[in-house]
Amino acid sequence: MTATTSTTRRVSTGSRVRTAIKYVVLSLLALLFISPLIFMVVTSFKTGADATAVPPSWIPAPFTTQAYEAILGSGNTPVLRWFANSMIAAVLNSALVVATASLAAYPLARMDFRGKNVVFGIIIATLLVPPVILVIPNYLIVSELGWLNSIVAVIIPTAAGAFGVFFMRQFFVSLPHELEEAARLDGANRWMIFTKVVLPLARPAMATLALLAFLTNWNDFLWPVYVLFNTEVQTLPAGLSTLQSANAVRYDLLMAGAVIASLPVLLLYVLLQRFIVEGVSRSGLKG
Amino acid sequence: MTSTVQAGAPSREGAPRPAGASRPASGPGGRIRQQGRFTPWLFLLPYLALFGVFVALPAVLGVWISLHNWDYTLPFQPFVGVDNYVDLFTSGSTTSEVFWNSMRATAIFTIGSVPFLLTVPLAVALLMAQKFRGRNFFRAVYFAPYVLGVAVVAVLWRFLLDSNIGLVNYYAGLLGLPDNTAWTTSTPAAWVALIGVTVWWTLGFNAVIYLAALQDIPQELYEAARVDGAGRWGQFVNVTLPGLRPILSFITITTLIASANMFGQSYLMTQGAPGRETRTAIYQIAETGLRSYQMGDAAAMSYVLTVFLMILSIGVFWLFRERKEKIR
Repeated sequence: MTATTSTTRRVSTGSRVRTAIKYVVLSLLALLFISPLIFMVVTSFKTGADATAVPPSWIPAPFTTQAYEAILGSGNTPVLRWFANSMIAAVLNSALVVATASLAAYPLARMDFRGKNVVFGIIIATLLVPPVILVIPNYLIVSELGWLNSIVAVIIPTAAGAFGVFFMRQFFVSLPHELEEAARLDGANRWMIFTKVVLPLARPAMATLALLAFLTNWNDFLWPVYVLFNTEVQTLPAGLSTLQSANAVRYDLLMAGAVIASLPVLLLYVLLQRFIVEGVSRSGLKG
Repeated sequence: MTSTVQAGAPSREGAPRPAGASRPASGPGGRIRQQGRFTPWLFLLPYLALFGVFVALPAVLGVWISLHNWDYTLPFQPFVGVDNYVDLFTSGSTTSEVFWNSMRATAIFTIGSVPFLLTVPLAVALLMAQKFRGRNFFRAVYFAPYVLGVAVVAVLWRFLLDSNIGLVNYYAGLLGLPDNTAWTTSTPAAWVALIGVTVWWTLGFNAVIYLAALQDIPQELYEAARVDGAGRWGQFVNVTLPGLRPILSFITITTLIASANMFGQSYLMTQGAPGRETRTAIYQIAETGLRSYQMGDAAAMSYVLTVFLMILSIGVFWLFRERKEKIR
């Protein structure tokens, strides 16, 4: 930036060309990322024959909503029901993650007590454990609890992950101690300090965690595919798999299903992009 | 900034430590000491209950299951000791062939995808690191596929990669390339497809982490390098890469583990085809344990996979450590 001004004029043509090339590269890349999503939406408004026509066209002819009508009205593939299941699961799971993680992270960040390092160490260690070893035994545990084939199976067990605790602890650790001390001098106990002083400050962090937990749960695939076997209890990702096996090459229907499954997350992304991207980059820096 | 790096982090001066410097102070619990003996545990209780039942208990229960001939559909699960593990390492047994085939698939996918997942996002992040108009827009676009789930991504790409009517083969034909590649039913095309789709899907994730680390590298270091006569490449090698080192081991390990856990792409795009060639280890474990209900075998498989992953992670960690000391 502070580079010598005398050379600026000399390189300006070169740098302008370089800027142009850069924008061309950036735009081509952007096209590569966006065009599949556009084609997904376009295809969802085609007829079945149009969707598999060669050469493929970027404009539905005729434009129709029959794919949506077909999958929304079908008893074999109750997409609306899946949508509701996914929404209920993701909202409740996200709330559970934020509540339990905030509570647990606070003493780990701000209190001294015996066993703290042991507890924290054990929680850290599980971040290194590949989730695959938990799948089989968790299936048995969930089965014992009577949650197999029930939406509860995709709400509660997945809230036990360590990520939320780390995320919130990292935030609490960064708060200045003076705030708590002042409240303490006023006679507040730990619970009052937590609810009245700390939590209000933690709202942005909690919102980010809620968002990330919602996205994770909404998109979760392996676990729902195996624990939710009846069509009507499935979530959207598991439902898409059902939809695909029921309509192998009905790409109009599959794309309509994919659009419905992407809408809420894309909408959240467009509105709250900054929080999502920053939440992710912050979680990376933790390591 | 530097004043917050405190006890427990001996002599960190010298090389730039972006990740270390931005990490909040993790000192002892603070100056407020007094609270009831049970207070912290009351705060921890709800999470620890979840953690105990769905993380700690299954981690131990898994070992127990793996020592039994645990058929979920039968009333009795006889104890068989380490037989399930022995079977996995005995060629010709019922489980060893499917398992090692799936491990081979996982290895191919991991070796094929990790180099791209580490370098392509870095290139994108370097492109995005300068300030220019529209930067946030491009960042948002590149990250977008990541917010979609694997189910949407895989169903979408199976359509685009359809060998007869797919967009990819159509445009390949227009460019004079083969227009009948069986992307989802033949190898090596299926590997190219699975790796390509995974890069498309997750590029934004690593790019954003790289980008944050790049922005933490002090500009003065670049200026100093320029003064010393370093060109763009020199700056990259002498300033950028050392500055990224703390984050590199993190990204490498998480990317390795994510690739080794690949499941959805294979389940929805190729269904393991051709034959079982692209059926990954996770896929095989889930099918063995949760479709065929041979949970003892599946649990044993999952522990063998885990041991491999742990060795890999330790290896990566060690690799980055070594280099750091050599350079000092």
